[in-house]
Amino acid sequence: MSQTDNGNSAPLVRVKNLTKHFSVRIGAYGETKATVHALDDVSFNVQRGETLGLVGESGCGKSTAGLTLLQLHRPTSGQVFFDESEVTGLSDKELRPLRRRMQIIFQDPYSTLSPRMTIGNAIGEPLWLHELATGQEAQERIAKLLDDVGLNPAFAFRYPHEFSGGQRQRVCIARALACEPEFIVCDEPISALDVSIQAQIINLLQDLQEEYHLTYLFIAHDLAVVRHISDRVAVMYLGRVVEMAPKERLFDNPLHPYTNALLLSVPVPNPRQERQREHTVISGNVPSAINPPSGCRFHPRCPLAFEPCDHEVPEWREVESGHWVACHAV
Amino acid sequence: MSVLLDVQGLQTRFRVRKGYVYAVNGVSFSLEEGETLGVVGESGCGKSVTMLSLVRLLPPAASIENGQVLLRGEDLLQLDLRQLRDVRGGQIGMIFQDPMTSLNPFINIGTQMSEPLIYHRGMSKREALARSAELLEMVGIPDGEARLREYPHQFSGGMRQRVMIAMSMSCEPAVLVADEPTTALDVTIQAQIVELVKELRDRSGVAVIWITHDLSVVAGIADRVIVMYAGYIVEEAPVDALFEDPRHPYTVGLMGALPSLGGETGNRLTTIGGSPPDLQDLPDYCPFHSRCPYAIDRCRTENPILEPVTDASDRGHRAACWVDIREVEVQSNGAGASS
Repeated sequence: MSQTDNGNSAPLVRVKNLTKHFSVRIGAYGETKATVHALDDVSFNVQRGETLGLVGESGCGKSTAGLTLLQLHRPTSGQVFFDESEVTGLSDKELRPLRRRMQIIFQDPYSTLSPRMTIGNAIGEPLWLHELATGQEAQERIAKLLDDVGLNPAFAFRYPHEFSGGQRQRVCIARALACEPEFIVCDEPISALDVSIQAQIINLLQDLQEEYHLTYLFIAHDLAVVRHISDRVAVMYLGRVVEMAPKERLFDNPLHPYTNALLLSVPVPNPRQERQREHTVISGNVPSAINPPSGCRFHPRCPLAFEPCDHEVPEWREVESGHWVACHAV
Repeated sequence: MSVLLDVQGLQTRFRVRKGYVYAVNGVSFSLEEGETLGVVGESGCGKSVTMLSLVRLLPPAASIENGQVLLRGEDLLQLDLRQLRDVRGGQIGMIFQDPMTSLNPFINIGTQMSEPLIYHRGMSKREALARSAELLEMVGIPDGEARLREYPHQFSGGMRQRVMIAMSMSCEPAVLVADEPTTALDVTIQAQIVELVKELRDRSGVAVIWITHDLSVVAGIADRVIVMYAGYIVEEAPVDALFEDPRHPYTVGLMGALPSLGGETGNRLTTIGGSPPDLQDLPDYCPFHSRCPYAIDRCRTENPILEPVTDASDRGHRAACWVDIREVEVQSNGAGASS
């Protein structure tokens, strides 16, 4: 637990060896039982006031990490501490006061809002559930929240279908903010939006972070966006975190071969650079999480793989202050 | 180089309950032999409908109201359906965004791949299967012959997209239309597919129309780019000129809104305020004016036409804007009003 790189303040969220397996049935008639290793032995901290970016390709377990951290999925093993107290193992009832302090924004603003609820009610629901405000006071809070996310307070009586995707995502953000949380998991909050709208939402999230001293876990697959918004970045591959570092270090000096491959795959919005750049693409596909490769999970695709990689799980270690990596070749 | 495809004044609209959705509003562009044209814009800007209109692959509610689509001088919009069938998949190949839904889950890959070869090239079933196996190997799927007997669900997303590419290239089309072929894929797989299409293009000399919302992808693959907004082409330029000297405020806005891996961090992204206009109720003046920081009075009365820009480094650089934004920038910076 030496990864406190924001001075010696205690982390707001501490995740220790978190593991989540799902039991599934496969085969044409579901005749075979199998286990999806969605999250395996993941540890990281989130410091108060920072944004930790979590990147990886689809199916790498980044959303599962967010949901399991919030106890929306119960972990198979491992621990999560929020503000120094353990949240794993608490009952739903015991969790409820904590839920007020940790919220989530989902990817798809079309399916997360009830089409039969006015957006004022959608935003007000957490207030009533947590008994934070009622009556006139609640209405004022809703108006203030709408104003905070850049929507006209008069919209409170409208329904979700009257809004565009970007506006709906603003409503979801207002709803997450309603009970004044300290920590928000942003689970791909901009992936469903167009480029020009994405930029609006990114700026909004940054403004709100400053105004309300929020701590974010920002889950995304777009490396450029993660680089823009995060203080530190963790890279996931097939259920494991393979590298974590302050963003400058991660993007300028990636150590894990997967991080490197991921960075080389991102197209650069500059035609001249793009023509000169070496185009080494990593071959192959992400293997299945039902039967993940032994040892280092990246070894079948890794250009640096050597003897221990196929049977020994690489140790998660700190190679430089704040720069963590799991690789035999580093 | 000679012009392969010439589109003039294309207009497509959709009938809806309360009137029409004006999806494509007088789009003109051309494509030269062997050229790669990038088409960029946000969802609903008409980029896909434009390309689907070329071969009339439109839903029943849509109608092409006006225009010409000349493929080597022959107007595709005048062809009857039988003649058009020879063009679809024969002279114009297509790849779509979602390889999951483009392939029939009930039919094995070999049968699906040989269909166009039998229809367009008059091959026998046996010849078509042999050719399909070669094509699979060509797009980087090893052991092609065995995989022909497999079904789409046995392929990953990236592999399915490779199958689609192999199918679309099987009849050696003159034009390959790729409609967001990498949007549904992960970034490492996207890089593989982009490299594959570049390689096939360089080997076969096919002209490519690459539709995407991602400016970065276009930077790597296109020779020339058109930017669409609300069913209009708002800017057209060779790829270098577009990225180094964008002239339409919308293009400038799109580029500013894009965080990049190389750029500065910590500063705010520039945004384009508001949202795109309602395509059912388009103004007869500039559709971008309400979101445009450069808008002047003329923008609210007249719709700008796509014209060559002044002092362009390339004659093919055109933009539809009443304002020369380079001059305004100097003024607003001088007044300290830039945001």
